[in-house]
Amino acid sequence: MKALIDWIEDRTGLISTIAHFLNEEIPASSGWHQVFGSVAMFLFLVQAFTGILLGLNYGATPGEAHSSLRFIINELSGGALIRGLHHWGASAMVIVVVLHMIQVFIWGAYKKPREATWLAGVVLLLFTLAFSLTGYLLPWDNRAYWGTVVTTQIAAGVPVMGPYVLRLMGAQDGVGVITFARFYGAHVLILPAVTFLLIVFHIYLVRRHGVAPEPGDELLPKQKFYPKQVFRDTFAIFVVFATLFTLAIVAKAPLGRLADPTDTSYIPRPEWYFQFLFQLLKYCEGPLELFATVILPGLAVGGLLAVPFLDRSPMVKFTKRTMAMAVVVLCAIGWTGLTAGAIIQTPKEAALAEAMGPMDWVELTPIELAGVGYFQKDRCVICHTLGLANEGKPGPNLGTGGVSHDVAWMVAHFKRPGTPMAAMSLKPAEMNALASFLIKLTPQNSVKMSEVPSFAWEGAILYQKNQCGLCHQVNGAGTNNGPPLNALAKRRKPDWVKAHFRDPQKFDPDSTMPSYKFNERDMEWITSYLLALP
Amino acid sequence: MVASSDMARRSFLERATQIMGALIAGGLGFPALVYLLKPANSFAPGGFVDAADISQLKPRIPEEVEFQRIRKDGWKLITEKSTAWVVKLTDSEVVAYSPQCTHLGCAYHFEEAKGEFVCPCHTTNFSIDGEVMGGPAPRPLDRFPVKVQGSRLLIGTIENAKPASKKKGA
Repeated sequence: MKALIDWIEDRTGLISTIAHFLNEEIPASSGWHQVFGSVAMFLFLVQAFTGILLGLNYGATPGEAHSSLRFIINELSGGALIRGLHHWGASAMVIVVVLHMIQVFIWGAYKKPREATWLAGVVLLLFTLAFSLTGYLLPWDNRAYWGTVVTTQIAAGVPVMGPYVLRLMGAQDGVGVITFARFYGAHVLILPAVTFLLIVFHIYLVRRHGVAPEPGDELLPKQKFYPKQVFRDTFAIFVVFATLFTLAIVAKAPLGRLADPTDTSYIPRPEWYFQFLFQLLKYCEGPLELFATVILPGLAVGGLLAVPFLDRSPMVKFTKRTMAMAVVVLCAIGWTGLTAGAIIQTPKEAALAEAMGPMDWVELTPIELAGVGYFQKDRCVICHTLGLANEGKPGPNLGTGGVSHDVAWMVAHFKRPGTPMAAMSLKPAEMNALASFLIKLTPQNSVKMSEVPSFAWEGAILYQKNQCGLCHQVNGAGTNNGPPLNALAKRRKPDWVKAHFRDPQKFDPDSTMPSYKFNERDMEWITSYLLALP
Repeated sequence: MVASSDMARRSFLERATQIMGALIAGGLGFPALVYLLKPANSFAPGGFVDAADISQLKPRIPEEVEFQRIRKDGWKLITEKSTAWVVKLTDSEVVAYSPQCTHLGCAYHFEEAKGEFVCPCHTTNFSIDGEVMGGPAPRPLDRFPVKVQGSRLLIGTIENAKPASKKKGA
């Protein structure tokens, strides 16, 4: 062992280099407040590691991105964990980089001779934000697509440079394959390389000038980086990693529905650390808009870069730096206030509905609900699981995996499965209903959807067969020729509804509704279904 | 006394640093290995597909048949063209050979003059029964599981490439 170490040292000098690095002398005042830089670098490495792993199973085009990410999360062991680490790691990195910057600012560690270290740090912060901005598009769900539409539109609004920035982003004709390629290329090729080089330069500068001492401790005996400060750094890294790991397991990183450029109901919202700008944008109209999109971010970046040149006073103890403290506190208040405002104004249901799909059968359209009926009646449950547990059935679990195809594909699949699945004998309209239900399944709603009461789907099948939707509307589906049927229970009693089915003209001589002579069982089902609608 | 407690403290810090480092490496490394090495928990569409009409098949005259098969390719279900060499060995036995040579996976063809399958890559010959007649192939031709329903031949899937020894006499 000793011989091997000696050989390595003799041929490469690695051992003494590491020793030199670990035995760096640091000020006596060094302590827990200086762990953030190490944690930030650790998080960068975690992002690189998990990012590479994701890249090994990722189809980097808009056509493949969403389904491959779904595959990673649902079908690969450890995939959800790795994606979770990458997703939450991005947020963690922004937090830690900002904390690092605040610590350096409060301690005044950017002052002469460390101006260049600070400048490199500011650029590293910008790189970190560029990572999140470009990575945001890569899942290619609605959130990614619409978020990037807004990002590119903001960039397009920059005076003079706007059109060129837009072209650079490949978004002059809207967000599409070129935009995706540019964002992906920036995210995995350009940014990692330049960030890595700049981190090396940043650390080199830290070594060159030494860790910043607190005023007054220059004369105290120095301490060594190893083992005390290394332990502190490692401990902080460990705590952050354990938190991240837990978060990745407990809080599933969101993956919404496949990006739909025609979805007019989706309200894009940026990542939480950009929400202050999003909120500010709401208050800025007309020419003021440029204030939130260009001027304020520009001023912030310019201000950060100028910090060491504006403040040229010698270093003093941080407890005496009231001005620096005041600036930090003011920025924090502004940021927190705007972010809180944005979060409070987030339409809860909308965000939830996007992530989870319809959560209860009462939210389904009659056709989708009829699909639940065909699912039950055609005995799909013999081979397929709707819930979360894998019950060892031969067919895919439609609950956890969801269905990543469109209705047309599903119908073609029903007719000619090409798999052990038996071809279905349902009529085309029934297959359509079944498919439109299946594509609404998500891991969040599948258990609920497996527990729909039979009167509801039986009623919905009757509703569909008798084409009630030609005149009536339920949950937004259908027409307005007749009265909408939601909240019918507030207006009518069951006996009234039944009597009305049998002879509508008895209640309104001008009614164009035909009479329906359901048998007793069917009458009970459709009446109960309609009256259960909220 | 002071010196020794300092030493103890130092060795505690070193040990704690090492343990935390190892835990982090394990926390990242183990999931990564599982993620990369464990096969996907995907539903693999297997089963039999209707491949050919065998009513016109002549005894011991191989026919190459083409059929559509649905296969899970990573995150995608794809429909792809597939072929098999079908031979009616006896009146009661029809076999379907996988169209790849068992040596290194080249496509082979049937030479009527010789009455043998010939792989051009490294000149392996197979008899109509699939046995190796000469050349480097380690085992007879792989056979798809088949079912006969009336005049139709249904072809299944070969689960995995089988080791040479296992296939003998299958």
